[in-house]
Amino acid sequence: MDFLRPANWEEALAAKAEHPAAVPIAGGTDVMVEINFDHRRPGHLMDLNRIAELGEWEVGEDSVRLGASVPYARIMERLRAELPGLALASHTVASPQIRNRGGVGGNLGTASPAGDAHPALLAAGAEVEAESVRGTRRIPIDAFYTGVKRNALAPDELIRAVHIKKAAGPQQFSKVGTRNAMVIAVCAFGLALHPDTRTVRTGIGSAAPTPVRALAAEEFLTAALEEGGFWDNGKIITPSLAKRFADLCAGACNPIDDVRGTAEYRRHAVGVMARRTLTWTWESYRDARRPTEGAA
Amino acid sequence: MPDMPANGVPTTLTQGLRTRGGIGESTLRPDGTLKVTGEFAYSSDMWHEDMLWGHILRSTVAHAEIVSIDTGEALATAGVYAVMTYDDLPTDVKNYGLEIQDTPVLAHGKVRHHGEPVAVVAADHPETARRAAARIRVEYRELPVITDELSALAPDAVLVHENRDDHHIGHVPHPNIVHRQPIVRGDVAAARERADVIVEGEYTFGMQDQAFLGPESGLAVPEEDGGVHLYIATQWLHSDLRQIAPVLGLPEDKVRMTLAGVGGAFGGREDLSMQIHACLLALRTGKPVKIVYDRFESFFGHVHRHPAKLFYEHGATADGRLTHVRCRIVLDGGAYASASPAVVGNASSLGVGPYAVDDVDIEAIALYTNNPPCGAMRGFGAVQACFAYEAQMDRLAARLGMDPVELRQVNAMEQGTLMPTGQPVDSPAPVAELLRRVKAMPMPPERQWESSEGADVRQLPGGLSNTTHGEGVVRGVGYAVGIKNVGFSEGFDDYSTARVRMEVAGGEPVVTVHTAMAEVGQGGVTVHAQIARTELGVGRVTIHPADTRVGSAGSTSASRQTYVTGGAVRNACELVRERVLELGRRRFGSYHPAWATAELLLEGGKVVTDGGEVLADLVDVLGDEAVEVEAEWRHRPTEPFDPRTGQGNGHVQYSFAAHRAVVEVDTELGLVKVIELACAQDVGKALNPLSVIGQIQGGSTQGLGVAVMEEIVVDPRTAKVRNPSFTDYLIPTILDTPTMPVDLLELADTHAPYGLRGVGEAPTLSSTPAVLSAIRDATGLPLTKTPIRPEHLTTGAP
Repeated sequence: MDFLRPANWEEALAAKAEHPAAVPIAGGTDVMVEINFDHRRPGHLMDLNRIAELGEWEVGEDSVRLGASVPYARIMERLRAELPGLALASHTVASPQIRNRGGVGGNLGTASPAGDAHPALLAAGAEVEAESVRGTRRIPIDAFYTGVKRNALAPDELIRAVHIKKAAGPQQFSKVGTRNAMVIAVCAFGLALHPDTRTVRTGIGSAAPTPVRALAAEEFLTAALEEGGFWDNGKIITPSLAKRFADLCAGACNPIDDVRGTAEYRRHAVGVMARRTLTWTWESYRDARRPTEGAA
Repeated sequence: MPDMPANGVPTTLTQGLRTRGGIGESTLRPDGTLKVTGEFAYSSDMWHEDMLWGHILRSTVAHAEIVSIDTGEALATAGVYAVMTYDDLPTDVKNYGLEIQDTPVLAHGKVRHHGEPVAVVAADHPETARRAAARIRVEYRELPVITDELSALAPDAVLVHENRDDHHIGHVPHPNIVHRQPIVRGDVAAARERADVIVEGEYTFGMQDQAFLGPESGLAVPEEDGGVHLYIATQWLHSDLRQIAPVLGLPEDKVRMTLAGVGGAFGGREDLSMQIHACLLALRTGKPVKIVYDRFESFFGHVHRHPAKLFYEHGATADGRLTHVRCRIVLDGGAYASASPAVVGNASSLGVGPYAVDDVDIEAIALYTNNPPCGAMRGFGAVQACFAYEAQMDRLAARLGMDPVELRQVNAMEQGTLMPTGQPVDSPAPVAELLRRVKAMPMPPERQWESSEGADVRQLPGGLSNTTHGEGVVRGVGYAVGIKNVGFSEGFDDYSTARVRMEVAGGEPVVTVHTAMAEVGQGGVTVHAQIARTELGVGRVTIHPADTRVGSAGSTSASRQTYVTGGAVRNACELVRERVLELGRRRFGSYHPAWATAELLLEGGKVVTDGGEVLADLVDVLGDEAVEVEAEWRHRPTEPFDPRTGQGNGHVQYSFAAHRAVVEVDTELGLVKVIELACAQDVGKALNPLSVIGQIQGGSTQGLGVAVMEEIVVDPRTAKVRNPSFTDYLIPTILDTPTMPVDLLELADTHAPYGLRGVGEAPTLSSTPAVLSAIRDATGLPLTKTPIRPEHLTTGAP
């Protein structure tokens, strides 16, 4: 195995063009597990750790440009206001040691349906900045996951950053595991309210071959909120509305039975998480609308 | 000598004038700081110049005939020094085993479980060894798999072992049964007539792994005399030695063994793993050979806790008194016997729990199957039974409309009660008192997430996964109590050996304690020094590294080391003290009449009378002489159980613990947070209270693990392991580990050294049923299988 160590981004792109099968490695929290288990024997490993800009982020007007290697620990600590859903998801990633190393670029590169960042990215709305010697393109997150552990990157492309919409409203993330910490998702759910566009978006993890949005549920809820004037009157969401939304989210799953859980349970749990996260986000939205009385 | 880490020992603890650091004090572990700072050298950290790396090729199928093995390509790999298969074994002894020698060193003609060793490779780099092993071509002809009682005992069942000649074959009803132990007392049919209520239950216990954090590893160094020196993480050096030497064709004195740093054991290091393989490769290549399993291999490299099916019937009169207990316990021993016979003995003899019942009909069997081999694990047969009989006690209480703690107290055994084996319990058995204590502890506050501080998700089911802010969460409380035997039972000659030496060094008396006891984390190195200080009045005590240059210490298991090797150390210290006093009398006896008349003690480095008068400094008594004694020590003998009735004084000592579990269950998602796991245990005498509490909290946590998450999942169609990794075999993290208040009771067992009672296992028994009981209380579900899984609580199932 050859070990490539590009000194900067341009060198990395050139190396990837020359060795399209080269596997990029940053935190190594996914790649090294594969190598240690001998599940993967890439001819070339490309170390991206010398490229400092991958660990940086910029907060723009409408979105955050998150370098591919920004560790989850930074996201939790520094981007909680701008990316609350992703910050919550980051906190559920493995252990503190792993969160200090791993980043969203790795989650996207691996494209496992169980990656913790995916539901939050899908719910918030994001674009993956992919680049090769041929040029740069932005891949909408909805089009990024193409199959089990497959993504839309071309062989010569690298992930440079992710552009994530700054939160204009409350976001939530929930994940079911069979342990209270350091656990791979049995299934996960992300929800973001977008009061600016009066829409809602969702993301489901580990309950289909790829991370998916529950589109029918989103359309139903967006329409129901609009028709009922909820965004303006701040009414409480009725249990029947929440239940319909939850059922549609469960219906968006296409899960399997495996050693971590049954398909039936996954569908059920996604429904429960959808209902709860809707309640939490909507309560936050209502709280935020309420005039603050006597606040200092 | 290899670059052998000192294993945290020898360690000298300098003490103050009044011989501080004796028994009853919470002296700190000599290896504690090293371990928590990552400095401790474990067996996997050893290194030797010129050493090779061994790797084991394991079967990819569970049950098959081996048609052919082609090692040509592996041998031709650059960097490979040796490839060995069954045909390369040097002597006629090709099997090993703790009791029954049924386990092939390398597979011969057949593999009987997924992951069975087929060939070994030595190479100059671990990766080379691994790659070369992958180039060995093994052709299998698959056989049907035996996976449960039904398939094992079917009329046309394939025999897992043909031509058995072990001493159990005469009394088992089928050759796919390793051992069967009935225990029959009284007249169950008549007692059943007296019962006002009868409850039945069928329970399932999943396969738990010891999950020690330091995987199997060791270093074998060939020696000039043709022998080999093995540095190894094990639980019993001399038991390993007895099994290794005949396979190598060496006399035992040419196989030298030194304990390397052990990263946990819990029973999983009682059987051999890579010991013989490393020695074979070292002798073949003439070079030191190191083998280290990775986590994946470790799941195949040691035995697990027996999964079990348990059928129980309890009867009681309307006032809650047990009339009778019937039970049948079916343990899955997997492909090789390992400790199955002794596990059967425990499961049956302890099968009704710490209760007084005159009429019992118990049967326990262990099966041979093609599942992973199962053997020793903390609690050893008593764990599975406790899970079931405690579930039954709750069921019985519900049927009678009685408080479940009260029902247990009404039936609690006490000193003098006869066990189902007819053996009287001849030391304190404070079962009712332990339950009273654990129930009396204050309850953790309820619904804290509704307090003004708001929800801390870490205190809720799901933890940081943020699945609930209180929705669907219901509290449950459950109780359980258990009984575990201490020490090896059923007539086993269970002894230990200690060598104790006192001499003057650097102008002060020092004591060296040398035993072959395996320190696996239980704290023997701490306790032995405490005993020596108490007995010999010397502050500076060195614990010599454990090796086979001293006699056997027996196994670090069965909660026995403080009792038996502690007893041996005390005994050797007493013999040293007598010799020192003789020396003193010879040298100074004429100076003071008390030398001849008074009871003399060693205290603070001096010889003193029982009245406190100082007669001499030990430095002067000893002069240039060293006093050294090596002696064996035994606890009271036990007897085998009668093979038909199970009667017999089979056990040495019992230990008792009770738990109260408080859980919060997210009833919609089926997620559980154990809020508190309180324990009350009688420890006889806490030689080191801090260590004792550590053992209780560790054992409780291991029991919690198998209640809510720990299970090796074996595919019933293929008998292959589905989750051999820490990604999918989950053990509790600190966020899964509750507050664990501990109430220690110290009622002396006068038969035991210092009155102590073995501590390490009892808390592992009752913690699992207490947690299950609490989850049943929260959900109202019957929950007859452990571990529970979220879907059991939401979408129905066991």
